Amino acid sequence: MSEAVHVSELTRKFGDFVAVDRVTFDVSQGEIFGFLGPNGAGKTTTIKMLTGLLRPTSGSARVAGFDVNREIPQIKTRIGYMSQLFSLYSDLTVDENIQLFGGLYGVTGPRFVERRDWVLRMADLSNERRRLTAELSLGFKQRLALGCAVIHEPPILFLDEPTSGVDPIARRAFWDLIYDFAAAGTTVFVSTHYMEEAEYCHRLALMNRGKLIAMDRPVALKQALDEPILRLETDNTPEAVEALQKTPGVIDAAMFGRAVHITVTDESTAPDAVRATLAAAGRTCESLERITPSLEDVFVSLVRREGGAVIG
Amino acid sequence: MSLSRLWAMSRKEAIQLSRDPSSLALAFLLPMALLLFFGYAISFDVKDIKMAVLDQSQTQHSRSLIEAFERSGYFRVVRHIERYDDTDRLLGRGDVRLALVIPPRFSQDLMAGRPAPVQLLLDGADANTATIARNYADAIVARYSVTVLGGGAALTIPVEAESRVWYNETLESRNMVVPGLIAVIMAIIATMLTALTIAREWERGTMEQLAATPVHRLEVVLGKLLPYVGIGLVDVTLAVLAGVLILGVPFHGNVLLLFGMTLLFLIGALGLGIFISAAVKTQVLATQVAMIVSFLPALLLSGFMFSIDTMPIVLRIFTYLIQSRYFITVTRGIFLKGVGVQTLWIEGLAMIVFAIVGLTLATRVFKKEIA
Repeated sequence: MSEAVHVSELTRKFGDFVAVDRVTFDVSQGEIFGFLGPNGAGKTTTIKMLTGLLRPTSGSARVAGFDVNREIPQIKTRIGYMSQLFSLYSDLTVDENIQLFGGLYGVTGPRFVERRDWVLRMADLSNERRRLTAELSLGFKQRLALGCAVIHEPPILFLDEPTSGVDPIARRAFWDLIYDFAAAGTTVFVSTHYMEEAEYCHRLALMNRGKLIAMDRPVALKQALDEPILRLETDNTPEAVEALQKTPGVIDAAMFGRAVHITVTDESTAPDAVRATLAAAGRTCESLERITPSLEDVFVSLVRREGGAVIG
Repeated sequence: MSLSRLWAMSRKEAIQLSRDPSSLALAFLLPMALLLFFGYAISFDVKDIKMAVLDQSQTQHSRSLIEAFERSGYFRVVRHIERYDDTDRLLGRGDVRLALVIPPRFSQDLMAGRPAPVQLLLDGADANTATIARNYADAIVARYSVTVLGGGAALTIPVEAESRVWYNETLESRNMVVPGLIAVIMAIIATMLTALTIAREWERGTMEQLAATPVHRLEVVLGKLLPYVGIGLVDVTLAVLAGVLILGVPFHGNVLLLFGMTLLFLIGALGLGIFISAAVKTQVLATQVAMIVSFLPALLLSGFMFSIDTMPIVLRIFTYLIQSRYFITVTRGIFLKGVGVQTLWIEGLAMIVFAIVGLTLATRVFKKEIA
């Protein structure tokens, strides 16, 4: 497969602060490539450099075969971009927004009519054409924004945290659309800080503090984590976490909702040590089992190995 | 440069404008309110100046001098006072602007052919009016003296200035104010309205979405400019109509020339407004900056309110940097004097320079964000 995006040593500094630090990766055509990391990890800055909104401090990148340092106009006609914040015009109607972006992307005449109808169907807004965009629910706004971003059928789509603030059902529906695009050959570059959303990506790049700390398929990332993870349910989660931090054989203990995820060195000896610690602290042990690590476990473990804290 | 993108921008901007009540009010109500307000309420004319008289002579001579003041139309005697001290009180309170004191020996001195001084006391707090009042009073007294010299009969004086006022025959300040006001209104429309337009896009995050499309910055600037040019031209039409039909201001010149010049002015002023808006990126700050760099100079330093010729030299030089200065010369010239391009070409050239500078500034300010 050909490369849709090729990034090499891409760096962006804001004064002394290095927002993106010598990032290198490739994205193939038709791939759903995910950028996972906390807020402030450099995901948005990277996307802005690839979409021509921000100049790199150093390094290079090619998008659809064009150089982000020199060929921005060519790039802009070949990409669709949806920013973190909802950024359509809320004082325009659904139709007027579509018409604006059609005009800006040079989609005119019969092709425009065809594409407009396609956007309306895709966003499920065929009966709301004259509604002001401000009156739509966030889920519909996002779909309309996606529609406007792809009105010109770009081969590459950049989505910067497209589902933040959207309810889980609308989020799921949004991802169905993303799969449709990828199936049709569109390369989708998506950033997120939702772990479960990251699982949907074909390939995932983990980012922290401006650096790329791992990149692989979600399954492979989880398999690569060699330290066993135990899942504990107890009566007082915060106190259990504190007590377990000092237990021999425990690398780390962290809260995951109501449960505790414990990273241990040895699966055979650790459970007894954990139970002993809990008993000494006067805490119950409702269940304790080995689990397949989640992406969050992978992320936390990788950040710890890098010796840095997660920011954001 | 693509017409389809330019049209898409303009259309969107016009729709947004039409849905924003505060912009519409600023665009149409404020100009009309200003026009009527300045046209009716504010007058720089000096007429019916209130005066007090202390007539210690009480003779036929003194009475006819007082009558000369009243007949002139410039003065109205509102108080006849008995004591000299009263002048202080009346002037101090602002009840009268001028007091005429005729001494007891006035008549005797006149009859004897001796100089017969009278005293004029003026309220100098408003220096402008005081100066004008003094000139009128001096003229009345001088004319009275001539009559007395002739023994009551008409006397031919050797040199007499026969004055005729051109361009604004009735010397009404309204006729000056209305054409000047058109320039002030345009300055408001151009900078205050546009000051909001780009800052709003930054605040709402829509600018980033625009920047990600292939739209060129010149298309953004021109696309935003066009609807406001339309509003500006509608406002000029309304202002000319209201000025001529409601306020009775004469219009001697060429309407097309006025529109052409307005267009030049608008491009420069709108460019400046867009530049401010894009440079400061917040609506509040943009409005304040627009007030200071455009509206206030248009009101105070353009020659609209205060004559540029009487300004201190430093300010006078500074006015050459103010666009409205040239436009006011143009509107007054076209309205009152009916002059054409052969007289106004320097102003036209100046406004072309401003238009080029305005557009360049507006376009360049996006350089970092939009290709």
